Amino acid sequence: MIEPMLKVTGLVKSFGGLIATNDVNIDVAPDEVHAVIGPNGAGKTTFIAQIAGDLRPDTGTIQFAGSDITRLATPKRARLGLARSFQITSIFRDVTVEDNVAMAVQAHDGHSFRFWREARRDPQLRDPARAVLKQVGLDHRCDVVAGELAHGEQRQLELAMAIATGPAMLLLDEPMAGMGAEESARMVDLLRSLKGNVAILLVEHDMDAVFALADRITVLVRGRAIATGEPHEIRDDDEVRKAYLGEDD
Amino acid sequence: MTMNRRGVVMTLFLITVALLPIALVDQPFYIGLFSRAMILSIAAVSLNLLLGYGNMISFGHAVYIGIGAYTVGIFAYYEIYDGFIQWPVGLAISAVVALIFGAISLRTRGVYFIMITLALAQMLYFLGVSIDEYGADDGLVIDVRSEFAGLIDLEEGIAFYYVIFFFLLLTIFIVHRLTNSRFGVVVRGAKSNEVRLRALGFSVYQYKLTAFVIAGVICGLAGLLLGNFTNFVNPDMMHWTRSGELIFMVVLGGLGSLFGPVLGAFVFLLLEEILSDLTIHWQIIFGPFLIAVVLFMRGGIDSLLGKSTDD
Repeated sequence: MIEPMLKVTGLVKSFGGLIATNDVNIDVAPDEVHAVIGPNGAGKTTFIAQIAGDLRPDTGTIQFAGSDITRLATPKRARLGLARSFQITSIFRDVTVEDNVAMAVQAHDGHSFRFWREARRDPQLRDPARAVLKQVGLDHRCDVVAGELAHGEQRQLELAMAIATGPAMLLLDEPMAGMGAEESARMVDLLRSLKGNVAILLVEHDMDAVFALADRITVLVRGRAIATGEPHEIRDDDEVRKAYLGEDD
Repeated sequence: MTMNRRGVVMTLFLITVALLPIALVDQPFYIGLFSRAMILSIAAVSLNLLLGYGNMISFGHAVYIGIGAYTVGIFAYYEIYDGFIQWPVGLAISAVVALIFGAISLRTRGVYFIMITLALAQMLYFLGVSIDEYGADDGLVIDVRSEFAGLIDLEEGIAFYYVIFFFLLLTIFIVHRLTNSRFGVVVRGAKSNEVRLRALGFSVYQYKLTAFVIAGVICGLAGLLLGNFTNFVNPDMMHWTRSGELIFMVVLGGLGSLFGPVLGAFVFLLLEEILSDLTIHWQIIFGPFLIAVVLFMRGGIDSLLGKSTDD
């Protein structure tokens, strides 16, 4: 088996008496879409936060692209190629769509201690930004102020920013949250087009999307990973059905 | 090239300021008032780099005015008047102090950041008050202004006026370039969404700290000018209320607009001048005016010039 892009071993995080992440092991192959599902309160957000670097685990290690990133700060992880989208859309609302993506490009184009040249006219930033916007189907909205986009478009923009950093892995926290059926379908298509080129760790509530995209699924319940397997295995797993999918699902 | 309303107003404003000494040849009072307004404009523009672009609410910015002015004062006290020594030293000390103060305060956020910048600045204020050698409370008289090997004579009011004018233009130009550069994109981004910025891979702290140092150095320049201009320096120049006045100039003029702080500084000084002529209780009028501006004029004077463009 090839070396995994992400390898999480024995991850534990507790807040006081509450164990939010309880000995979780997960690995994601470089060309895999690995979904993490679980009922509300299962600890998905805490889990994502530890991988992104916003929270330090109590014990356990996180390896990414061959190096131990357990104690690395968020920006450094991002520069290694770990890009993320947030559960609640996180964009720069007061500048244009293209400005947003150009910032993502800039983050991975060397340091930004460049004080003189005008960034908005730098083709080294703008050209790749436009290319990514075309890829996600937002190229007709380049000059719109990001805060004025529809909700679904903002989610697309956030994904565009993640892609523009040229990541080795995408960490997607509920990318379909709050989307209509049509928007969701478009997002699924978009993610499917990325599949194989980049590792994806997908946390999602939308089961149709998860089963359409995932190569493997890990089920998280009360901080524990109770099952990991291919979609059909997860669907047929009795424990998972009981804990999460519901009897009539 | 088409120019928007803001561009026209600001061009006219700068031309007026440039021509003022010609119109007011025998009015040293007004030359002095406008010199002072320009110096405080430089300080306000530098503060705006933190306040308006980077969302760093520094409540101790006047400390750099004090550092600049004290540098001139202390050198003059030892009868060293050479500006080529005084000025680089003043700017270097401003940079070092800004680096230390920034490194400490930028580890905190929100109200804590405000309080720490204020406390650090007050430390230097009390240092000034306590050093008897340099006049303590009373400060130092600067009997000779900085000398530049005969190239320019700051004792000459009009020549000094144009030196200040030159540095004001330079400051505006530098801040304009900075805020539109890649560096500026990061600093502005930190105001808009710092979490996102970090997730993209920017180590935001380093960029903010750099902005903090740049702003400190520019404000130190304003201090060098002010010390020379007033022929005097005392601890009051870096009291926290002075920092508060600078903040107000920026807010009055328009947070995050290039020229706003210049307009803010001019309006502030002119109003202070006019009102204090009317009554010794002028602050009774000035206070409510400040409150009204903050409450009812979002975006400050700059917002009267139309929707803000990207400079």
